[in-house]
Formats: sequence, C-alpha cells, structure tokens
Amino acid sequence: MSTAILDPSARPVAAGGLNRTVLGIELSRVLRNRRTMIFTIIFPIVMFLFISAQITGENDRMGPAVANVGAYIMVSMAIYGAIMATTSAGASVSIERACGWSRQLRLTPLKPLPYVMTKVVAALVFGVVATAMTYAAGALTHKAVMSTQGWWQSGLAVVLGSLVFAALGLFMGYLLPSENAMQFLGPILAVLSIFGGIFSAPIDPDSGYGQVAALTPIYGFSQIAHWPLSQTAAGAHDAFQVSWVVNLVVWGLIFVAGAIWRFRRDTARV
Amino acid sequence: MTSTTAPPAIALRAVTKSFGEVHAVRGVDLQVGQGEVVAYLGPNGAGKTTTIDMVLGLSQPSSGSVSVFGMAPREAIDRGLVSAVLQTGGLLPDLTVRETIRYTAALFPAPLAVDEVIERAGIAELADRKVGKCSGGEQQRVRFAMALVSDPELIILDEPTAGMDVAGRRTFWENIRADAGRGRTVVFATHYLDEADAYADRVVLLRKGEIVADGTAAEVRALGTGRTVRATWPGADQSALAGIPHAQSVEVRGEQVLVHTGDSDAVARHLLNHTPARDLEILARGLEDAFVALTGDQAAEPDRVASTPSPTATTASTPGSLR
Repeated sequence: MSTAILDPSARPVAAGGLNRTVLGIELSRVLRNRRTMIFTIIFPIVMFLFISAQITGENDRMGPAVANVGAYIMVSMAIYGAIMATTSAGASVSIERACGWSRQLRLTPLKPLPYVMTKVVAALVFGVVATAMTYAAGALTHKAVMSTQGWWQSGLAVVLGSLVFAALGLFMGYLLPSENAMQFLGPILAVLSIFGGIFSAPIDPDSGYGQVAALTPIYGFSQIAHWPLSQTAAGAHDAFQVSWVVNLVVWGLIFVAGAIWRFRRDTARV
Repeated sequence: MTSTTAPPAIALRAVTKSFGEVHAVRGVDLQVGQGEVVAYLGPNGAGKTTTIDMVLGLSQPSSGSVSVFGMAPREAIDRGLVSAVLQTGGLLPDLTVRETIRYTAALFPAPLAVDEVIERAGIAELADRKVGKCSGGEQQRVRFAMALVSDPELIILDEPTAGMDVAGRRTFWENIRADAGRGRTVVFATHYLDEADAYADRVVLLRKGEIVADGTAAEVRALGTGRTVRATWPGADQSALAGIPHAQSVEVRGEQVLVHTGDSDAVARHLLNHTPARDLEILARGLEDAFVALTGDQAAEPDRVASTPSPTATTASTPGSLR
C-alpha cells in the first residue's frame, strides 16, 4: 500500500474571508433570477410609466417644489424595487438552507460572517441596479423632473435605506422554514409599501391613518427619500423630521438583531 | 504500511454523543491511518452520520476527543485537508456545474485546477448545465468533484453511490480507487455491502452507537459467519423461541424459523431433541448476513471483536450450502 507521509501543518490555512469569485457568482445568481427581476426592475418601471402617463399639466406640479409628481412616483417605485431587491437577496439564504448549501459551506473554510457580508454586498449591488434602472426610465422619458441635487440625494437615500431590508431578508431567510421566504415576504412588503405611502400620494401625517402608518417600517425610509423633492427654486425644503430617521434606525436595529439571533442559531455547533 | 510518525487521518477517542435522552454514539474508539480505505457500515440510526458530523466539525462530541490529522476538525477543514460528499442536498440548483466547482475551489487555500477536476469527475460534458437539471447520479459526480477540488488528504463519503446505476457506481469507485492509490484516505458509509467488500481495505461495523466489528471484509464476514439454522416449526411460541441456546437472533417467517448462531450443532440438537421443529437446514452466511447478525436488533450484545477471525470461520460463504 502506498502511503504519503503527510505533514498536515504544512498546508496553508485559508483566509475564509470575502472572496471575489464567490461574490461574482453570487451577483450573477441574483441578476439572472427572472422572478425577482420582474418585481425589482420591470414592475417598478412599468408602474412608473403607467401612472406618470396619466398625470399631466397642472396635475404634475407639487406646489412650489422644483420636482414634479412624476419624480415623486419615480422615487416611490425605486424604493419599492430596491426593497424587493435587497430583501430577496437576503432572503435567498432560506433557499440555501433548504437545499443544504449552507451546510455544505460549513465543510469549507468560508466563515459565516463573510458569507453574510457577501450576501449584503450582493443585495446592495442589486439595490443599486434596481434604483438606477427606475431612475434611468424617469430621466430618459423626461417624466421625472428634479434638481440635480434632488436626483442624487434621493437616489442615495433609496440605496442606503434599502440596506435595512437586506437585514429583513436575512432575518426572514434564517427564520422561515419555507424553501422560498419571498413567497411569504412579497405580500407583506406590498402591504407595508401601502402604509409607507409609496403606492399613493403623500400620507397626511395628522390623520389617524397617517399616525398608524408612521410606525411601519417603510414609512420613515419613504419620507427621507422623498424629502429632497420638496426643494423649491429658492432652495427651501419642507421641514425634515427626526422621527423619520428614528423610524428607519429602530426598524433597522430590529431586523439586524433578528438576523444575528437567527444566524447564530443556524450556525451553532451542537 | 502507515508510517508511525504520521498523525492518523482520523482519531476518535472514547467519543460519545447524546441528544437529550438519546445516546447516538456510545463510546467509539477509532483510528484511521493515512491512505486507508475504510467502509463504515451500520443500519440507519447506528450513529454513522453522527460520527461523520463530529469528524467534519459540524458537531461536537458530548465527551471524548476527535482529531483529524492530529488537529481539531475545524482546523483540518481550514487547511483543506478533509472534504466530504454528502448523501443528498448540498447543491444550489440555479448554479451551473462549473460555477459550483469554481465557487468551492475559491474557498480553499490550495485548490486543484477547476477544469482538471471536472475532467476527472467525468462531468466535462455537463459543465455548463444547471445543477438542478442534472440527474441524481450526475449530481453525485458533481459532489465528488466538489470534494476533490480542494485536493484533500481525507475524503468522507456518505452513501456516495445512492441513486447511481450499476455502470455509474463502477466508474465512481474506479475513480475513488485511483485516488486512494495516490495516498488519499477514504472513509465511506454505504448500504451496498458488495461495495464495502470490493473497495474497502477495512470494514468498521457500527451498531447502536458502538463499534461491533473492525477488520478486513474477510475478517468481518468470518465474525458474523456462524450459520443460519432453518427449520419448519408451526406455531412456535415466544418462550420456546427464547429458550433456543446459542442463538444470536431468531426470525419467524410463517411456519419457518431462522436461527442465526455461532454454534449450529447445539441449535440443531436442541431443535430436534426439545422442540417439534423438523425439516432442518443449515446455511453458511456472507458479509450481508454478518452485517445483519452483528447489527440487527436481536443481535446478542456482541463481544467487541478486533481483527482476529475465529479459526472455525473458514467456510466459503455460499448461501444455501447444505450440511
């Protein structure tokens, strides 16, 4: 019998960290998933074109603001698309758990945290793509009018705010036993989007409905992302409410805490 | 033979594993030397997967110690020394075969070339197909390629040929044998006893969380040898059956009673002299019977037999041979 006399300690230890090949494959997985592409890119663009086509003339003005109603709708739809993108990228861990891929990865040097970071980066890139596509539709059709500042401020707010929902996706992906957590999350996000005011005109914050809506997860995000649109030609804005930031941060912390809690349980060695 | 200075590929010392009241592994001592090809056999629930999980660092023993190449399992994995082919799952259906291997290779410190591994695992023509579109046997070859790509010194295979046809199984084992020839250590769990017989240097038999036999396939076959005494005995009752001396296990099939025993003479004498049993037949047994005899629920608590076969166990294992 031939035997190699092996000095095991001569083998190098893998870094186990973030990895360009893995990130590349994860990104292409996200981008070629047809079902999520429909909800994250095609649906927001179609909705934007459909609604903005019906709002013309005087109806397209938002008081003294530079931005028009078309821009408001475009930002709303971009929020929806970015949320769907980041949530589904995070929630894809549910599929990986169901098919045993995450268990397989535990037989490799890959550490759990870099794996989650890879998911977050993939979610972020997907969120950027979704936002950029909706914004491109708005710009190319000239249906959305905003100041230059408005374009990049609202765009940046959409992308960064949507990261909170990558945490929601991870939380649900590690929590739900189902094979595809998005089947469950999709309708919930749609309802939360209504409360967040992104399928309607701005919600009156003083109404009873507005006071309830202000407590839901998409509300603060939506208010922050739409706020740059209130800029007037003179440079004035509507008042910025700290409560919007509180809403986004508190929900963000809840999602991150939930994701860490479930993630720890999932990767614990028994 | 294995060098005495090289650390064993696997060393389990007094390993136990309990899940609440369930004692899945109850004191296993096992050393697998570098370059050995070991079959790990046992019925469902014997503790095979629980043991494998501990060797792979997926779980920790309740007591005792596990080391792989002289180090903690997790460290061995981080160095790419050990890989595993799991029975089911562990594949992403939306990746192509090549992406799956590239993904895996990228995680290890010193992987082999992806295309070379794809070639060796015989999946070159599948490389651009989605994993979800591959058949069960094809997926098993993908798992094998995933296990190879890290260039491990130890491969653990859990039911590797489940779902493969006969030709696929043969090719698969030819690959494994070729690999072991390069000094790789292979440990596999299987239900196909002929695979253990044909491909393993050593067979370890597990029952209810304990090792009940450990030796070459021939030695293990001999341990279980004894014989089966078959008789026609209508209406045999439990107490009469329990009274049969030297019985390792007793099976009743209609009017037929089958007694597995290490002393067929004593059983035959007892049946003819003290019971209404008639029409006796005495049968020799193969590895499969050894497996059943040593691991079955009714098997007597076996002596922990090491690799010394009993001198009487020399019968050729031709089923149905008559005495």
